[in-house]
Amino acid sequence: MDKASTSKSGVHARRPLSPHLQVYRPQLTSVLSIVHRMTGVFLASAAAMLCCWLLTAAAGPDYYAWSMWFLTSWVGYALLVIWSFCLFYHLCNGIRHLFWDIGIGFSLRATYASGALMLGAALGLTGVSWAVGLAVYFSG
Amino acid sequence: MAEFRLPKNSTVKPGKHHDAPSGAKKSRRFKIYRWNPDLAENPRTDTYDIDLAACGPMVLDALIKIKNEVDPTVTFRRSCREGICGSCAMNIDGTNTLACTKPIEEVHGEVRIYPLPHMPVVKDLVPDLNQFYAQYASIEPWLKSDTPAPANSERLQSPDDRAKLDGLYECILCACCSTACPSYWWNSDRYLGPAILLQAYRWLVDSRDEAKGERLDDLEDPFRLYRCHTIMNCTKTCPKGLNPAKAIAEIKKMMVLRR
Repeated sequence: MDKASTSKSGVHARRPLSPHLQVYRPQLTSVLSIVHRMTGVFLASAAAMLCCWLLTAAAGPDYYAWSMWFLTSWVGYALLVIWSFCLFYHLCNGIRHLFWDIGIGFSLRATYASGALMLGAALGLTGVSWAVGLAVYFSG
Repeated sequence: MAEFRLPKNSTVKPGKHHDAPSGAKKSRRFKIYRWNPDLAENPRTDTYDIDLAACGPMVLDALIKIKNEVDPTVTFRRSCREGICGSCAMNIDGTNTLACTKPIEEVHGEVRIYPLPHMPVVKDLVPDLNQFYAQYASIEPWLKSDTPAPANSERLQSPDDRAKLDGLYECILCACCSTACPSYWWNSDRYLGPAILLQAYRWLVDSRDEAKGERLDDLEDPFRLYRCHTIMNCTKTCPKGLNPAKAIAEIKKMMVLRR
């Protein structure tokens, strides 16, 4: 075999990369995992928003009124709903990860059951916290 | 940084179509990834309509029928046709499995067949596994012991110690799990991947092996071991029903417990 055929400059360099995300079927395992990461990224933006809210509160009533105007607009509510879901998803899935870290729940059955339980808990906690929050907000 | 799209030379184009023979009773379409190193062309997918009434039950049977009767240029690895050699590992209907143990009937509609994902392609369904094998060699997969073997006898194990190897020794290194793992897709140059880590664990729990400390030292690395984020695609796809994710978690536990 001559040198060219074994070096990366020959056919090796022309070899295509086989399809991956393009062909791999999405499944609960990978979807819950990537959503965990996305909720983490969203929560970083929520932390920035929280800082802005506190800054305006410290700067005085006019500024605070401005941030409350934004947060109680429909865009603000939509963002708060998404952020609160992200918080509960990341929290519940984080607890799921803690169980994995001590070696519990690795069978496929346990993985799917804990995934469904986690998703239900995250949605439930989001709903309950909004019900309680809105009730307090409008009664007070 | 992860590259989510395929490089320019790797995007897949539509290819040729081969009709079923006239009088076919139970026609089924197979869509197969093709790439020929002798042509300066991008990969393509060819479609073949096959009469399942005149074909064996497994996807590998259909591939062999296509190669024998329709298109002799279709290239794939196969050997044992009973799920023990691992040669015919490929991506079928969106998940990695062995073509020889995957019933065609389990696939609804068109049977889409691609090489193992995110690997360099040698030809058609044949991926280049050199890196995978080099990673296997890097964990030194053999018994390491300073104690001399007992004279005239084997190194014995208790039944309990032997049972610790169950679910590990059955791995056939087909690479289905590693090439199903997104972490391995993005970091295969530095992350060992589920198959190799399951093999590493197989030696770590072997009661006869005396190199546990060095083996763990070698794995204690942000990439080699800790790129596993418990996605679980490995366990989901293993055609032998093994649990690489569990094995990796056990290695991570060993790392903590030895401190």
